[in-house]
Amino acid sequence: MHQPPVHVEGIPAANAHAHHPKLQHHFDTMEQQAEASTLGMWVFLVTEIMFFGGLFMAYLVYRYASPEGFAEASHHLNVTWGAVNTIVLIVSSLTMALGVRAAQTSAPPKTQVFWIVATMVFGAAFLGVKAIEYADKFTHHLVPGPNFIWEGKHPAAAEMFYSLYFCMTGLHAVHMVIGLGIMTVIAVMAWRRQFDADYYTPVEVAGLYWHFVDIVWIFLFPLLYLIGGHFIE
Amino acid sequence: MTADTYNKMFTMHGVVMVFFFLIPSIPAVLGNFLIPIMIGAKDLAFPRINLLSWYIYVLGGLFTLTAALSGGVDTGWTFYTPYSTAASNSHVITAALGVFITGFSSILTGLNFIVTVHRMRAPGLTWFRLPLFVWAHYATSLIMILGTPVIAITVLLVAAERVLHMGIFDPALGGDPILFQHLFWFYSHPAVYIMILPAMGVISEIVQAFSRKNIFGYSFIAFSSLAIAIIGFLVWGHHIFVAGQSVYAGMIFSVLSFVVAIPSAIKVFNWTATIYKGSVSFDSPMLYAFGFIGLFTIGGLTGLFLAAMGLDIHVHDTYFVVAHFHYIMVGGAIMGYLGGLHYWWPKITGRLYPEGWAKFAALMVFVGFNLTFFPQFIAGYLGMPRRYHSYPDEFQIFNVASTLGASILSVGYVLPMVYFIWSIVAGEKSPADPWGAKGLEWETPSPPPTENFFVTPIVTHGTHQYAPSKGVGIV
Repeated sequence: MHQPPVHVEGIPAANAHAHHPKLQHHFDTMEQQAEASTLGMWVFLVTEIMFFGGLFMAYLVYRYASPEGFAEASHHLNVTWGAVNTIVLIVSSLTMALGVRAAQTSAPPKTQVFWIVATMVFGAAFLGVKAIEYADKFTHHLVPGPNFIWEGKHPAAAEMFYSLYFCMTGLHAVHMVIGLGIMTVIAVMAWRRQFDADYYTPVEVAGLYWHFVDIVWIFLFPLLYLIGGHFIE
Repeated sequence: MTADTYNKMFTMHGVVMVFFFLIPSIPAVLGNFLIPIMIGAKDLAFPRINLLSWYIYVLGGLFTLTAALSGGVDTGWTFYTPYSTAASNSHVITAALGVFITGFSSILTGLNFIVTVHRMRAPGLTWFRLPLFVWAHYATSLIMILGTPVIAITVLLVAAERVLHMGIFDPALGGDPILFQHLFWFYSHPAVYIMILPAMGVISEIVQAFSRKNIFGYSFIAFSSLAIAIIGFLVWGHHIFVAGQSVYAGMIFSVLSFVVAIPSAIKVFNWTATIYKGSVSFDSPMLYAFGFIGLFTIGGLTGLFLAAMGLDIHVHDTYFVVAHFHYIMVGGAIMGYLGGLHYWWPKITGRLYPEGWAKFAALMVFVGFNLTFFPQFIAGYLGMPRRYHSYPDEFQIFNVASTLGASILSVGYVLPMVYFIWSIVAGEKSPADPWGAKGLEWETPSPPPTENFFVTPIVTHGTHQYAPSKGVGIV
């Protein structure tokens, strides 16, 4: 085995072909850079699933321990507001996808910014509704802690339900706020003509994050608002 | 030392050693540097995220330091509820936030490694030509990204419970402390593999270089890393055999804990087979590798004692457990870290350290370590419980031996620090390949240029080309 392990006379480090201005020095091609960024976001979203997973696990354990208590507590959530918010988020995902599409097809900056700002408006609307709901819980003494008052049959389970409600929707809302921050940056970048068919990875990656946060809500809405047959009564 | 002070001391020891040393040491120090070189890349996929993870680590460290200086934490590194949420008056929130923040540095490192290995390999460097160090880090990264978020949300809930009185884990508020233990160990057992897998990767490299032989059973070692990462996620229940888990759950966790020993044993046997009939030289990195193989074997085999439910009830929460995991953590992970540091130090700094002193330090570490921790197996088996600030007179002899051993061990740890620093200032310049080792990292100058290679390498063989181990072919 006298062969050299590697042939080092390969590709010169400084590639002969012209660089795209957005190509970072440690990548060889734009495709490699885009693939690395999107894979990075997907891996990050896996960590996010595990992050929320801890809360879903707690939800599972305590709902299994007291299904009636959870159903009873769930009745005090406002299904209408929850449903409105679900629709708002789904529409925001649509505008987000259209924003990515706009960058991908080298649409004029005005179009790109329009879709991103529309996404942000829907995101802000979601947070506004959430604020109304939270305020309502405060006035009705449904916030866990010393001021929690429950007149139903399962006060302990109800308090647990509201602990989880605030933890889960609170963590989700924090992600929405972070998403709005990211979208602000993306909107500014789009306005400055940073994105076109050759380079739109930041919009795409931010979009992945946005869709993920929406999907979390798609799970939260039924688990928190719709259990125990609201509509049967 | 009062009982309270003692509690705070062992808590800080655990928190700092686990979250701030054992978990980041090899991936951050050696992995960040070597993975790009070993795969023929110019850098990790996300250099700025790499830097961010360092800042996050420092920030988490500052939180923990604040907790320590402002009075300490007395919950043990495990932050068990309800003590940590309802009873403890110490600085739990600050320390928990320190752990939470540092977790993100770990997540970002894992994310960076995974993307780098997937997307940045040099032309021709297929998966099964990757050095085993890279495989080990890939498996480690999987644990980092899947496990760390769970501990993050768990300590966040502990903090929320202390601040907002939400009763997720506090039985007085309707919560279940066992849920905390499940969530905690779902991360913290795999975290053991975050600590040991990179060390195993280091040993796989060293054993080949100083036996002048290709690894015996390359793909078995590669897949055993993945197997450890996967099975390692299914054994957390062996930490709560006596905490109120059902007997059937206990039995399953017990069996799975035995199963995870198989891939570990595969590695030990394959290293031994690699050394067998090799042209072995006893340079300092190899001394650490020998130490690792022996001590890890003892640590692993005593792990089987603990995985057996009946025996675990006898030795649960005794010094036997303490000795067991120190054989894995110190005898394994730190031996691997020191071995790797000695092996790649000339590559990283471009300087040679005094080999004679290095051999002496390796010997000190080995002797000191065994003298410290072996007596604890006996004391623990005889019933000395852990986490008590005093012990009955009959255990005096074991504790004196441990103290003596720890003193010797400290010499072994301080020496490398001294001669490493000396080598940077006055050490002889290192050639590209001071060991006559094979692999991409030895083909570029020491220290490597900013972009690691002057030309992007094209790989046509497995990255190690020593004499083949009999009966195996790795391309």
